Amino acid sequence: MKVMLRKKILDKNEQAALQNRGFFSKSGLLCINMISSPGSGKTTLLARTIQDLASKLRIGVIEGDIKTDTDARKIRAAGAPAFQIETEGACHLSAQQIKDALKELPCAKLDVIVIENVGNLVCPSDFDLGEGVRVVVLSVPEGDDKPRKYPGSFSKADVVLVNKIDLLEHVEFDLDKVKRDIRRLNPDGEILQVSARTGQGMQDWYQWLRERKEQSA
Amino acid sequence: MHESAVAQSVLESILAEAEKHNARPKSARISCGQFNALNDEAMQVAFEAAAMDTPCQGMKLAIDHKPLRTLCKSCGQSFDYDIYSGVCTGCGGENIVFEADAPLLLEEIELEQDTPNESDAAKKDPRQE
Repeated sequence: MKVMLRKKILDKNEQAALQNRGFFSKSGLLCINMISSPGSGKTTLLARTIQDLASKLRIGVIEGDIKTDTDARKIRAAGAPAFQIETEGACHLSAQQIKDALKELPCAKLDVIVIENVGNLVCPSDFDLGEGVRVVVLSVPEGDDKPRKYPGSFSKADVVLVNKIDLLEHVEFDLDKVKRDIRRLNPDGEILQVSARTGQGMQDWYQWLRERKEQSA
Repeated sequence: MHESAVAQSVLESILAEAEKHNARPKSARISCGQFNALNDEAMQVAFEAAAMDTPCQGMKLAIDHKPLRTLCKSCGQSFDYDIYSGVCTGCGGENIVFEADAPLLLEEIELEQDTPNESDAAKKDPRQE
Protein backbone atom coordinates (compact mmCIF):
# COMPACT_ATOMS: atom_id res chain seq x y z
CA MET A 1 0.00 0.00 0.00
CA LYS A 2 1.40 3.38 -1.03
CA VAL A 3 0.61 6.49 0.97
CA MET A 4 1.23 9.78 -0.87
CA LEU A 5 2.15 12.44 1.66
CA ARG A 6 4.14 15.31 0.10
CA LYS A 7 4.69 16.54 3.64
CA LYS A 8 7.25 19.19 4.53
CA ILE A 9 10.00 17.36 6.38
CA LEU A 10 10.99 20.32 8.54
CA ASP A 11 7.34 21.12 9.26
CA LYS A 12 7.76 21.15 13.04
CA ASN A 13 10.61 23.65 12.77
CA GLU A 14 8.60 25.80 10.37
CA GLN A 15 5.63 25.86 12.75
CA ALA A 16 7.85 27.05 15.60
CA ALA A 17 9.50 29.60 13.27
CA LEU A 18 6.07 30.95 12.36
CA GLN A 19 5.24 31.40 16.06
CA ASN A 20 8.57 33.19 16.64
CA ARG A 21 7.93 35.47 13.66
CA GLY A 22 4.51 36.33 15.09
CA PHE A 23 6.09 37.16 18.45
CA PHE A 24 8.74 39.42 16.88
CA SER A 25 6.15 41.21 14.81
CA LYS A 26 3.81 41.74 17.77
CA SER A 27 6.67 43.00 19.96
CA GLY A 28 8.15 45.26 17.27
CA LEU A 29 11.46 43.40 17.51
CA LEU A 30 13.89 42.98 14.63
CA CYS A 31 15.37 39.48 14.79
CA ILE A 32 18.66 38.71 13.07
CA ASN A 33 19.94 35.20 12.35
CA MET A 34 23.71 35.43 12.01
CA ILE A 35 25.40 32.58 10.17
CA SER A 36 29.07 31.94 9.36
CA SER A 37 31.87 29.43 9.64
CA PRO A 38 33.69 29.18 12.99
CA GLY A 39 36.21 31.95 13.57
CA SER A 40 34.78 34.52 11.16
CA GLY A 41 34.54 37.05 14.00
CA LYS A 42 30.77 37.03 14.62
CA THR A 43 31.07 37.55 18.36
CA THR A 44 33.66 40.34 18.08
CA LEU A 45 31.55 42.05 15.42
CA LEU A 46 28.49 41.77 17.61
CA ALA A 47 30.28 43.03 20.74
CA ARG A 48 31.51 46.10 18.86
CA THR A 49 28.07 46.72 17.39
CA ILE A 50 26.50 46.57 20.86
CA GLN A 51 29.03 49.05 22.25
CA ASP A 52 28.93 51.48 19.32
CA LEU A 53 25.13 51.53 19.17
CA ALA A 54 24.58 51.49 22.96
CA SER A 55 22.70 54.82 22.93
CA LYS A 56 20.68 54.01 19.78
CA LEU A 57 19.62 50.36 19.77
CA ARG A 58 18.94 47.99 22.63
CA ILE A 59 20.28 44.65 21.47
CA GLY A 60 19.83 41.24 23.11
CA VAL A 61 21.68 38.13 21.99
CA ILE A 62 20.97 34.41 21.81
CA GLU A 63 24.24 32.55 21.48
CA GLY A 64 24.42 29.10 19.91
CA ASP A 65 27.46 26.92 20.44
CA ILE A 66 28.10 23.22 20.69
CA LYS A 67 29.67 23.79 24.10
CA THR A 68 30.78 26.58 26.50
CA ASP A 69 29.23 29.93 27.41
CA THR A 70 32.34 31.86 26.32
CA ASP A 71 30.43 33.90 23.73
CA ALA A 72 27.54 34.84 26.02
CA ARG A 73 30.04 36.12 28.57
CA LYS A 74 31.76 38.25 25.89
CA ILE A 75 28.41 39.74 24.90
CA ARG A 76 27.46 40.51 28.53
CA ALA A 77 30.87 42.16 28.98
CA ALA A 78 29.99 44.37 26.00
CA GLY A 79 26.87 45.47 27.86
CA ALA A 80 24.01 43.43 26.37
CA PRO A 81 21.82 40.68 27.84
CA ALA A 82 22.72 37.28 26.41
CA PHE A 83 21.41 33.75 26.71
CA GLN A 84 23.64 30.82 25.77
CA ILE A 85 22.28 27.70 24.08
CA GLU A 86 24.66 24.76 24.26
CA THR A 87 23.60 22.31 21.57
CA GLU A 88 25.76 19.43 22.90
CA GLY A 89 26.77 18.36 19.43
CA ALA A 90 23.98 19.62 17.18
CA CYS A 91 25.34 21.68 14.30
CA HIS A 92 22.54 24.25 14.01
CA LEU A 93 19.87 25.98 16.08
CA SER A 94 16.19 25.11 15.73
CA ALA A 95 13.19 27.42 15.95
CA GLN A 96 11.97 25.63 19.09
CA GLN A 97 15.27 26.36 20.85
CA ILE A 98 14.84 30.04 20.00
CA LYS A 99 11.24 29.99 21.22
CA ASP A 100 12.44 28.68 24.58
CA ALA A 101 15.44 31.04 24.74
CA LEU A 102 13.25 34.11 24.17
CA LYS A 103 11.73 33.53 27.62
CA GLU A 104 15.19 34.07 29.10
CA LEU A 105 15.71 37.53 27.59
CA PRO A 106 14.11 40.85 28.67
CA CYS A 107 12.39 41.17 25.27
CA ALA A 108 10.11 44.06 26.30
CA LYS A 109 13.19 46.21 26.87
CA LEU A 110 14.87 45.39 23.54
CA ASP A 111 14.78 46.65 19.94
CA VAL A 112 16.84 43.96 18.26
CA ILE A 113 17.49 40.28 18.97
CA VAL A 114 20.53 38.75 17.37
CA ILE A 115 20.83 34.98 17.16
CA GLU A 116 24.46 33.99 16.72
CA ASN A 117 24.07 30.56 15.13
CA VAL A 118 26.48 27.65 15.60
CA GLY A 119 29.60 28.27 13.48
CA ASN A 120 28.78 26.28 10.34
CA LEU A 121 28.07 27.33 6.75
CA VAL A 122 26.04 24.23 5.83
CA CYS A 123 23.48 23.08 8.39
CA PRO A 124 21.95 26.31 9.78
CA SER A 125 20.90 27.34 6.28
CA ASP A 126 17.82 25.07 6.12
CA PHE A 127 16.44 25.99 9.54
CA ASP A 128 14.21 29.05 9.59
CA LEU A 129 14.26 30.51 13.10
CA GLY A 130 11.56 33.08 12.45
CA GLU A 131 14.09 35.85 11.89
CA GLY A 132 13.34 39.01 9.93
CA VAL A 133 16.85 39.30 8.55
CA ARG A 134 19.56 36.82 7.76
CA VAL A 135 23.18 37.96 8.01
CA VAL A 136 26.07 35.87 6.69
CA VAL A 137 29.58 36.77 7.81
CA LEU A 138 32.55 35.81 5.64
CA SER A 139 36.03 36.74 6.88
CA VAL A 140 38.89 37.46 4.52
CA PRO A 141 41.35 34.83 5.87
CA GLU A 142 38.80 32.05 5.18
CA GLY A 143 39.40 32.48 1.47
CA ASP A 144 37.46 33.79 -1.51
CA ASP A 145 36.09 30.35 -2.50
CA LYS A 146 33.44 30.22 0.25
CA PRO A 147 30.38 31.51 -1.67
CA ARG A 148 31.01 28.87 -4.33
CA LYS A 149 31.50 26.09 -1.79
CA TYR A 150 28.51 27.00 0.40
CA PRO A 151 25.90 28.37 -2.01
CA GLY A 152 22.96 27.46 0.26
CA SER A 153 23.96 29.90 2.99
CA PHE A 154 24.97 32.74 0.70
CA SER A 155 21.87 32.44 -1.46
CA LYS A 156 19.59 33.23 1.49
CA ALA A 157 21.49 36.17 3.02
CA ASP A 158 19.89 39.61 3.22
CA VAL A 159 23.35 41.01 3.83
CA VAL A 160 26.84 39.48 3.62
CA LEU A 161 29.39 41.12 5.88
CA VAL A 162 32.90 40.59 4.51
CA ASN A 163 34.76 40.88 7.83
CA LYS A 164 38.47 41.34 8.67
CA ILE A 165 38.75 43.52 5.58
CA ASP A 166 41.86 45.08 7.19
CA LEU A 167 43.68 41.80 6.39
CA LEU A 168 43.02 42.10 2.66
CA GLU A 169 46.59 43.14 1.86
CA HIS A 170 48.07 40.21 3.79
CA VAL A 171 46.20 37.28 2.24
CA GLU A 172 45.12 36.16 -1.21
CA PHE A 173 41.50 37.14 -1.44
CA ASP A 174 39.86 38.34 -4.63
CA LEU A 175 37.11 40.66 -3.40
CA ASP A 176 35.64 41.20 -6.88
CA LYS A 177 35.33 37.45 -7.41
CA VAL A 178 33.56 37.07 -4.04
CA LYS A 179 31.12 39.83 -4.90
CA ARG A 180 30.45 38.31 -8.31
CA ASP A 181 29.87 34.84 -6.84
CA ILE A 182 27.47 36.19 -4.19
CA ARG A 183 25.58 38.35 -6.71
CA ARG A 184 25.01 35.36 -8.94
CA LEU A 185 23.46 33.33 -6.11
CA ASN A 186 21.73 36.27 -4.56
CA PRO A 187 21.15 39.31 -6.78
CA ASP A 188 19.26 41.28 -4.12
CA GLY A 189 21.57 40.71 -1.13
CA GLU A 190 23.66 43.58 0.18
CA ILE A 191 27.44 43.14 0.49
CA LEU A 192 29.30 45.25 3.04
CA GLN A 193 33.01 45.31 3.81
CA VAL A 194 33.83 45.68 7.49
CA SER A 195 36.50 45.21 10.10
CA ALA A 196 35.21 44.69 13.61
CA ARG A 197 38.79 45.21 14.84
CA THR A 198 39.65 48.55 13.19
CA GLY A 199 36.07 49.79 12.78
CA GLN A 200 36.44 50.17 9.01
CA GLY A 201 33.08 50.04 7.25
CA MET A 202 31.18 49.47 10.50
CA GLN A 203 29.16 52.68 10.01
CA ASP A 204 27.70 51.23 6.79
CA TRP A 205 26.60 48.15 8.73
CA TYR A 206 25.04 50.27 11.49
CA GLN A 207 23.20 52.32 8.91
CA TRP A 208 21.87 49.17 7.23
CA LEU A 209 20.84 47.75 10.63
CA ARG A 210 19.01 50.92 11.69
CA GLU A 211 17.17 51.11 8.37
CA ARG A 212 16.03 47.52 8.73
CA LYS A 213 14.94 48.19 12.30
CA GLU A 214 12.84 51.15 11.14
CA GLN A 215 11.25 49.04 8.41
CA SER A 216 10.32 46.32 10.92
CA ALA A 217 8.75 48.73 13.43
CA MET B 1 25.26 17.22 9.88
CA HIS B 2 21.73 18.45 9.23
CA GLU B 3 20.91 15.00 7.82
CA SER B 4 20.36 13.68 11.35
CA ALA B 5 17.64 16.28 12.02
CA VAL B 6 16.05 15.48 8.66
CA ALA B 7 16.24 11.72 9.37
CA GLN B 8 14.63 12.11 12.80
CA SER B 9 11.76 14.11 11.35
CA VAL B 10 11.21 11.64 8.47
CA LEU B 11 11.24 8.76 10.93
CA GLU B 12 8.60 10.37 13.17
CA SER B 13 6.31 10.96 10.19
CA ILE B 14 6.68 7.38 8.93
CA LEU B 15 6.02 5.89 12.36
CA ALA B 16 2.90 8.02 12.73
CA GLU B 17 1.57 6.92 9.31
CA ALA B 18 2.37 3.27 9.97
CA GLU B 19 0.49 3.40 13.25
CA LYS B 20 -2.47 5.16 11.63
CA HIS B 21 -2.77 2.42 9.00
CA ASN B 22 -1.76 -0.35 11.38
CA ALA B 23 0.89 -1.44 8.90
CA ARG B 24 4.63 -2.03 8.63
CA PRO B 25 6.76 0.58 6.82
CA LYS B 26 8.57 -0.94 3.87
CA SER B 27 10.06 1.97 1.94
CA ALA B 28 9.86 5.75 1.67
CA ARG B 29 10.85 8.42 -0.81
CA ILE B 30 11.92 11.94 0.07
CA SER B 31 12.76 14.78 -2.28
CA CYS B 32 14.97 17.82 -1.87
CA GLY B 33 16.17 20.90 -3.70
CA GLN B 34 19.72 21.74 -4.68
CA PHE B 35 20.34 24.26 -1.89
CA ASN B 36 19.34 21.72 0.78
CA ALA B 37 22.79 20.19 0.22
CA LEU B 38 21.51 16.79 1.32
CA ASN B 39 24.20 14.17 0.98
CA ASP B 40 22.87 10.71 0.06
CA GLU B 41 25.38 8.69 2.03
CA ALA B 42 25.09 10.83 5.17
CA MET B 43 21.31 10.72 4.85
CA GLN B 44 21.25 6.91 4.61
CA VAL B 45 23.57 6.53 7.60
CA ALA B 46 21.55 9.03 9.64
CA PHE B 47 18.27 7.31 8.77
CA GLU B 48 19.63 3.86 9.57
CA ALA B 49 20.82 5.12 12.95
CA ALA B 50 17.50 6.82 13.71
CA ALA B 51 15.49 3.77 12.60
CA MET B 52 17.38 1.30 14.74
CA ASP B 53 15.13 -0.66 17.10
CA THR B 54 11.98 0.89 15.60
CA PRO B 55 9.53 -0.63 13.08
CA CYS B 56 11.47 1.35 10.44
CA GLN B 57 14.66 -0.63 10.94
CA GLY B 58 15.85 -2.03 7.61
CA MET B 59 13.40 -0.08 5.45
CA LYS B 60 14.51 1.48 2.19
CA LEU B 61 14.85 5.23 1.79
CA ALA B 62 15.01 6.77 -1.68
CA ILE B 63 16.28 10.33 -2.11
CA ASP B 64 15.13 12.34 -5.10
CA HIS B 65 17.19 15.45 -5.91
CA LYS B 66 15.01 17.89 -7.81
CA PRO B 67 16.82 20.01 -10.41
CA LEU B 68 16.91 23.78 -10.18
CA ARG B 69 15.57 25.23 -13.45
CA THR B 70 17.55 28.27 -14.52
CA LEU B 71 17.44 30.77 -17.35
CA CYS B 72 20.49 32.46 -18.85
CA LYS B 73 19.74 36.10 -19.56
CA SER B 74 22.68 36.35 -21.97
CA CYS B 75 21.97 33.47 -24.39
CA GLY B 76 18.40 32.60 -23.40
CA GLN B 77 19.14 28.96 -22.64
CA SER B 78 17.04 27.20 -20.02
CA PHE B 79 18.99 24.58 -18.08
CA ASP B 80 19.37 22.68 -14.77
CA TYR B 81 21.65 24.77 -12.58
CA ASP B 82 24.69 23.29 -10.91
CA ILE B 83 24.94 25.40 -7.75
CA TYR B 84 28.62 24.56 -7.42
CA SER B 85 29.52 25.59 -10.96
CA GLY B 86 27.49 28.76 -11.16
CA VAL B 87 27.62 29.44 -14.87
CA CYS B 88 25.37 28.88 -17.88
CA THR B 89 25.97 25.48 -19.49
CA GLY B 90 25.44 27.05 -22.93
CA CYS B 91 27.54 30.22 -23.06
CA GLY B 92 29.42 30.11 -19.75
CA GLY B 93 27.80 33.41 -18.79
CA GLU B 94 27.01 34.44 -15.23
CA ASN B 95 23.92 36.52 -15.86
CA ILE B 96 21.37 33.93 -14.78
CA VAL B 97 18.10 33.74 -12.87
CA PHE B 98 16.87 30.59 -11.21
CA GLU B 99 13.40 29.45 -10.24
CA ALA B 100 12.45 28.64 -6.64
CA ASP B 101 14.38 25.66 -5.29
CA ALA B 102 12.38 22.52 -4.49
CA PRO B 103 11.37 22.09 -0.83
CA LEU B 104 12.41 19.23 1.43
CA LEU B 105 9.48 16.80 1.24
CA LEU B 106 8.49 13.37 2.45
CA GLU B 107 6.85 12.30 -0.82
CA GLU B 108 5.44 8.85 -0.16
CA ILE B 109 5.63 5.81 2.03
CA GLU B 110 5.05 2.19 1.12
CA LEU B 111 3.37 0.22 3.88
CA GLU B 112 2.81 -3.48 4.25
CA GLN B 113 -0.36 -4.56 5.99
CA ASP B 114 0.28 -7.12 8.69
CA THR B 115 -1.28 -10.31 7.41
CA PRO B 116 -1.86 -12.60 10.41
CA ASN B 117 -5.44 -13.21 9.19
CA GLU B 118 -4.30 -14.53 5.81
CA SER B 119 -1.78 -16.90 7.32
CA ASP B 120 -4.38 -18.01 9.88
CA ALA B 121 -6.76 -18.62 7.01
CA ALA B 122 -4.10 -20.56 5.14
CA LYS B 123 -3.54 -22.78 8.14
CA LYS B 124 -7.24 -23.44 8.36
CA ASP B 125 -7.46 -24.41 4.68
CA PRO B 126 -9.02 -27.87 4.86
CA ARG B 127 -6.90 -29.08 1.90
CA GLN B 128 -3.80 -28.58 4.04
CA GLU B 129 -5.14 -30.42 7.03
